[in-house]
Amino acid sequence: MPREEPDSSQRSGILRGTLDLMVLKTLAQMGPLHGYGLALRIEQLSENALRVNQGTIYLCLVRLVQKGWITATWGPSDNNRRAKFYALSKAGRKQLKIEEDNWERIAGAMAHIMRPVPES
Amino acid sequence: MLTMLRMLTARIRAIFRHDADDREFKEELEAHVAMLAGDKMRGGMPAELAYREARLELGGIAELQDAHRDVRGFPRLESLWRDGRYALRMMRRDLAVTVFAVLIIGIGAGASTTVFGVVSALWLRPLPFDNPERLVWIANGASRNLSNQTVQVGHAVDLRERSQSLAGLAAFSPFYGIGDIRLTGSHEAERVTGVPVTQDFFPLLGVKPWLGRYFNTGECRQDAPRSAILSHAFWRRRLGARAGVIGDSLILDGISTTIIGVLPPEFDFSGTFSPGRPADLFLPFPLSPENNRKGNTLALIGRLRPEVEPMAAVPEIEAVVERFSKEAPDIEPGRRRNNFRPLLSPLQDRVSGRFHGTLALLAAAAGLLMLLVSANISSLMLARASVRHRELALRMALGASRGRLIRQVLVEGLILSCGGAAMGLALAFLAIRFLASLGSAGIPMLHAARVDGPAMAFSALAAVLTGIGFSVLPALQASASNPQEALKETGRGVTGAGSFMRRAIVVFEIVLVCVLLSGAGLLTRSLLRVLNVDPGFTSSNVITLRVDPLRERHSTREARNAYFDAILQQVRAVPGVEALGLTDALPLGDNFGWRGWTISAIDGSTSRANALARMIDAGYLSSMRIALKAGRGFTPDDRPVSERVVIVNEVLARTLWPGVDPLGRLLEASGRQYRVVGVVDDVHYFDLERDTGPEMYMLLQQTGDYQTVDLVVRSAVPPEPLTPAIRQALKRADPTLPAVEFRTMDQLLDRSVFLRRLIVLLLAGFAGFGLILASLGLYAVISYSVSQRTGEIGIRMALGASPLAMQGTILAQTMTLAAVGLAIGLPAAWMASKAIRHMLFGVAGSDPLTFAAVAAVVAIVAALGGYIPARRASRIDPLLALRSE
Repeated sequence: MPREEPDSSQRSGILRGTLDLMVLKTLAQMGPLHGYGLALRIEQLSENALRVNQGTIYLCLVRLVQKGWITATWGPSDNNRRAKFYALSKAGRKQLKIEEDNWERIAGAMAHIMRPVPES
Repeated sequence: MLTMLRMLTARIRAIFRHDADDREFKEELEAHVAMLAGDKMRGGMPAELAYREARLELGGIAELQDAHRDVRGFPRLESLWRDGRYALRMMRRDLAVTVFAVLIIGIGAGASTTVFGVVSALWLRPLPFDNPERLVWIANGASRNLSNQTVQVGHAVDLRERSQSLAGLAAFSPFYGIGDIRLTGSHEAERVTGVPVTQDFFPLLGVKPWLGRYFNTGECRQDAPRSAILSHAFWRRRLGARAGVIGDSLILDGISTTIIGVLPPEFDFSGTFSPGRPADLFLPFPLSPENNRKGNTLALIGRLRPEVEPMAAVPEIEAVVERFSKEAPDIEPGRRRNNFRPLLSPLQDRVSGRFHGTLALLAAAAGLLMLLVSANISSLMLARASVRHRELALRMALGASRGRLIRQVLVEGLILSCGGAAMGLALAFLAIRFLASLGSAGIPMLHAARVDGPAMAFSALAAVLTGIGFSVLPALQASASNPQEALKETGRGVTGAGSFMRRAIVVFEIVLVCVLLSGAGLLTRSLLRVLNVDPGFTSSNVITLRVDPLRERHSTREARNAYFDAILQQVRAVPGVEALGLTDALPLGDNFGWRGWTISAIDGSTSRANALARMIDAGYLSSMRIALKAGRGFTPDDRPVSERVVIVNEVLARTLWPGVDPLGRLLEASGRQYRVVGVVDDVHYFDLERDTGPEMYMLLQQTGDYQTVDLVVRSAVPPEPLTPAIRQALKRADPTLPAVEFRTMDQLLDRSVFLRRLIVLLLAGFAGFGLILASLGLYAVISYSVSQRTGEIGIRMALGASPLAMQGTILAQTMTLAAVGLAIGLPAAWMASKAIRHMLFGVAGSDPLTFAAVAAVVAIVAALGGYIPARRASRIDPLLALRSE
């Protein structure tokens, strides 16, 4: 039976698509990182509120590479092993801008719906 | 958009980088684990524990790798690929079955693709002209007689000027004879065929000259110097495809004729308008008063204006014709217009319409054959599926879903049928090339048949449909199995439902075979009946050759008669020649004396008739062995100057003088009186299947009224060896006579039944192949059931059943299947025979002999198919059989 493409949101309980945004944003802030570094960084930044299943991040990375938003190159890691480093591409930077705007719009709208300003 | 494209290419690349990607990802994950574990160890954790926790945190590596593959590639496609590879492995294991399946699909697909190619050329593909759907054929009434289908020049001119629905009107004159024109000059003299066409003919069709130009107005005047446009084939053959021929001259019938154009290779006049009558060149036909006076000469082709509906054009053209026929009833003082009853039909229908029934029949037969192939392979795969039952059950128990198993079977089916389609295409390519080469077959557009894009698409489609068709049942059966049950069973894994399905399929095959066999049978009987028709003459040992004299050289009737006498005298002296004669119309030949004469009886009756006249000499009737029923034939005593004499056929005798002896009576034709001296048997001049109409024979030397003349020579032995001697004799009489194309009457007879024979051959081939398939299907089912019942048979034989009784049981089982198939198949065949009623000749659609023969053939083949397994059953050793339980 053909397996459906695993949906990262099912595994991590994160809103669909937000993992992409988190990865892009993190890479934008930190520069090139390997998968382990990314996972660590996201956990730290979200103060462990969002515990990403660490493997899931790799599935997200493949998709982003295929879309051309990030690039992957092999390089030496801190403990002298070979690791794959991911960096934001030009297209990725553009996409990040779009998704950030998008996110802010949705987050703003959600905030309004969740906590309506009482009518005066 | 760009992103999607990038993803698509990345994913496609991932398919090819499968192993490399796997390796890289594994390395990446290991690096991850190492780094995570390293961090944990720095926190004081022992290495072993750190690594274990790191792996746990990452999630299962194998599972991640699987997910990774799915994300980066096309998961469906890749598993399809895996299914395909699995299927190929299975097929290699059952190589014999695979080869057999591909072979029969190939033959089936080849047959149906060939039929498709022919149907496409004759029916589906538009004619090779500009906007062919706007072209209409404008006939004159519905008669089959050529001179009643054509119109006078005046009609054509008036219609072209006045009709609002026609954008253009052109015509050719169909009254040209094959080889009517003598080409002389630097090469060997030869006979060529020239078609007279009006100035607009090629522009109207949209046929652009390959070299040179169209006819201009000056060349289409009555007294213009002669000019011609050449067919591509003639230009290549006679003029060596020389580009500089435009402006050169050919000597046609002794007259210098300027070449003004050469037609493109794809334009085939004879293939389109006059199959089997090759056209070498085209001559201008002036729309002149002189030609108007000649009567009905033109076959009209109109081009409708773009906005005019074909249906709307009919009343408009009828009205226009009626108006001008009334306004100007005379073409010149004292000469009335001929009748013109315009009948419009799409040109395509006119060209190939009469073959549509035949084509539909062949297409239906090919479809039945494909169904048979499908059914056969279906039962083959069912049989295999039950052998593989346990394997499938095991896969299911291990977690494969039903859908997955169905897909697996479908993929196998598709691979088989694609292999078959490839083979079918190759077969169709050969078959169509052969059919297209049957140039003189008299089937329009057949020369254009080829395996083209649509034919390939058809073949692919047929393959996919067949593949799905024959995989559905096996797929359902495969997935219907309950793995627990199947795995529990120790030996045979067959379910009752599967064996019922296989029996049902065999019955279905027998039904299809009944329909095919009875169709082929009825048409074979029709062919035999046609071949049995007495043509009215004896064709064996007769050879013929065109010998008519050049009118320029033999300008008087006396000179021409002397020329004929010289020829007859020389050829009569050739050893082996038994009898010889002359005629202007060979039976079943090309020029069949199309002109109807209105004749009336002078004495003994007042009847009138419309008869065809044949011009013959004194020797013709006896050379052809046309039976004299009363009176005498012509003799040398009937001189050009003695009393005008005529011989009538039996139909004309009955028409003019019903119940009265016609001998010695006078009849009037074309204002002259002729005395009836004899009555002869009816001869089939047009084809064997149509009844002969009123016909009469006149003395060539008396009337001098002929277009072409053929010499007919009968010999005691097969005449081919005589040709060199006859050729020399003719050269002595006339050194310029082209004496090349000898034809025997047997050839003409064969040609007249060519199409019928071709259809019978094709259908018989289809039916025979179908019969083989059905018998193999029957054999497979029975022998499978024997192998399944080995134990049972063993017990029965141990309990005393004789081998012979065992054999009888199995045979009875076979015959029951055959009987059920016949019980459904014969009525089905009877219904189907109604569809081919119009193609039958001399047999009824319910012909008992044919149906009895079909039943007998099916029964015999079934008995053969059942006998082999029955014998095997009777030889089962009870001890061995029981031990294997």
